[in-house]
Amino acid sequence: MTTDTAVGAGASPSRWSRLAVRSESLAVLAILMVGLSILSPYFLSVSNFLNILLATSVIGVLAYGATFVIAAAGIDLSLGSVLGLSGVVGALAINELGVPWPLGILLCLVTGAFCGLINGLLNTRAGIPAFIATLGMLGVARGLALVLTNGVPVYGLADPVVYLGQGRPLGIPTPVIIFLLVGAIAHFVLAYTRFGKYAVVIGDNEAAARAMGVRVQRHRVALYVVSGAMAGIAGLLFIARVNSGDPTAGLNYELTAITATILGGTNLFGGRATIVGTLIGALIMGVLQNGLNLLAVSSFYQQMAIGTVLVLAVWLDQINRTRRLR
Amino acid sequence: MSLLELSDVRKHFGTVQALRGVTFSVEPGQVVGLVGDNGAGKSTLMKTITGVHVPDGGTIRFDGTELNGRHPGDIRALGIEMIYQDLALARMQDVASNIFLGREPTRRVLGTPLRVIDRGRMEREAEVMIKRLGARVPSVQYVVGRLSGGQQQSVAIARALTFNPKLVIMDEPTAALAVREVEHVLDLIRELKRARIAIILISHRLTDVFAVCDRIVALRQGVVVADDPILETSMNDVVAHIVGAA
Repeated sequence: MTTDTAVGAGASPSRWSRLAVRSESLAVLAILMVGLSILSPYFLSVSNFLNILLATSVIGVLAYGATFVIAAAGIDLSLGSVLGLSGVVGALAINELGVPWPLGILLCLVTGAFCGLINGLLNTRAGIPAFIATLGMLGVARGLALVLTNGVPVYGLADPVVYLGQGRPLGIPTPVIIFLLVGAIAHFVLAYTRFGKYAVVIGDNEAAARAMGVRVQRHRVALYVVSGAMAGIAGLLFIARVNSGDPTAGLNYELTAITATILGGTNLFGGRATIVGTLIGALIMGVLQNGLNLLAVSSFYQQMAIGTVLVLAVWLDQINRTRRLR
Repeated sequence: MSLLELSDVRKHFGTVQALRGVTFSVEPGQVVGLVGDNGAGKSTLMKTITGVHVPDGGTIRFDGTELNGRHPGDIRALGIEMIYQDLALARMQDVASNIFLGREPTRRVLGTPLRVIDRGRMEREAEVMIKRLGARVPSVQYVVGRLSGGQQQSVAIARALTFNPKLVIMDEPTAALAVREVEHVLDLIRELKRARIAIILISHRLTDVFAVCDRIVALRQGVVVADDPILETSMNDVVAHIVGAA
C-alpha cells in the first residue's frame, strides 16, 4: 500500500487509483478503534465487530454507488430515497402481487437502476445539474414510496428474502457477505476495467475524455444507473434485515454514504476514486455510530456527528490539496 | 485524391458565425500551416474535423470517408490525431493511462469474457513511445499533473503518435515552450513529414510556420483568405492576410 501522491520520484503514484487507500483514512479508523476500545469494555469483541459490519453493510453498498458517481464529478443525493422506494417496490411485489421472491429481489435492483437511469438522463440529456436532478429524485422517490404503501410498512416477507437480511451462514450475517461481495465486484470494475477508468477520467477532465473518444454522456448515464442499482441492493438488504418494506427506510442515508465515500479518499470533484477506500470510509462511519451507541450518546447527537465528519473530511482534503499545489 | 478535403464547412455558436464556409485540402505527407488572428476560427475548425464539434453544413472527407457527425473516437480510429492547445490530459491519471486514453488495450480474465485493462502492456508500450520521442519523463506510472509543462506536452505528443496516424493536427504546440523545446517540436514535425504523415500546424509564431510548412492557409473571420505554397508567399504577405490588409 502506498501513501498519498506526495512521495518521491521512485514511487508509483498511479497505484493510488487502483488499489491503495489513503493512509489518513486508515489512521482515522485505527484511532477511532483504539479510542473506543479504551472507552468501552464492549467494543472489542467479535460479535460487536460483526454488529458493526452488519450496521455498515447498507450504508456501505450505498457508498459504493456514490463512489462511481462522484468519481466522474457527479453527485447522487437520491440514494437514501431510492433505497426506500426499491425496498418498498420489492416488498409490495412479493406480498401484494404474489411475485415469486427471486423476481421480487430483482425488482429491487431494477427499481433502483431505473431511478438512476432517470437521474442520468435528466443530467445529460436535459442538462439539469446532477445536484438538482438527484435532489428532485430524492423527493419523488420518497413520495412514491409513501404513496405506494400509504405510509404503512409492508410486514412479513418471504423466508428466503428474510434470510438475506437475518441469515448467518458460517456465523457471518448475510448482509455482510453481500456487502463484501458487491464491494469486490465494484472494486474490480472501478479499478481494472475501461468502465471504471472512464469514470475517473471524466471526473478528471471531461473535455479531454470526449476528445479522446470516450462517450461521456452515455457513460455518465451508466454511472447513475450503477448508483441506482446499488441503492436497490441496499434497499433489498434493508427490507430483508427488518423483515418489512418501510417507506421511510434510508432517510438521510445519502448524507452518511457520501461522507463515507469522501472519508475513503474519493475526490469530491472527481478524478480519483477507490472502492477499498470507500469501504474503509464506511467502516469509519459504522465504528463511529457503534461507539456512540455503546457510549449511550443520543441518536440526535449522532446526526450532528455525521454532518460534522462530512464537513471535516472535505476540509482536510482541501488542506491537503492546497499543500500539494504549493 | 487529397487526404483531407474540407468543403464549405460551416459552424455557428448561438449568433456567432465561427466558420462561414471553409474550403481547403491537405495532401498526404504535407505540412500545412494554419494561421489567423485570435477568434479567426482555427481551433473551432480543427475541433470540427476531430468530431468535438459537429458542423452545421459543408462536408469533411478524410481518406475517402465522410466525417460529418462522426464521434471523436471513430475519427481517431480513421487516423486523425490532434494535440490540443490545452493538451487534453487527465492530470490526476498516470502517463501510460493518458497515452492510451480511449484506446486502452484489454485482456480477458482467466479466459472469461470479462475484460480488464492490460496495465502491463500499456506501460511497456507507453515506455517505448516515450523513449522513441526522446522525452524526459521520469516514469510512465507518474501522475501527469506532477510533470512540467514540456513533459506534459511530450505525453500529449506521444498519445497522438502511438497509433500510427495519417494526419496530426497541432494546435499551438510551441506557444508555451522554451526555445530548446520549440526546436525539438519542429524537428519532430520534420521527422513526421519524412514518415509521410500529414500535419496541420496552428501557430502564431510565423517563424515556426515558415521553418517547417509546405503551405500556409490563412483564416479570417471564419473563411480562408489565403492558401499559398510557402515558396510563393512571404511573412509580410501572411501578416497582411491575417490582419485583413491584403
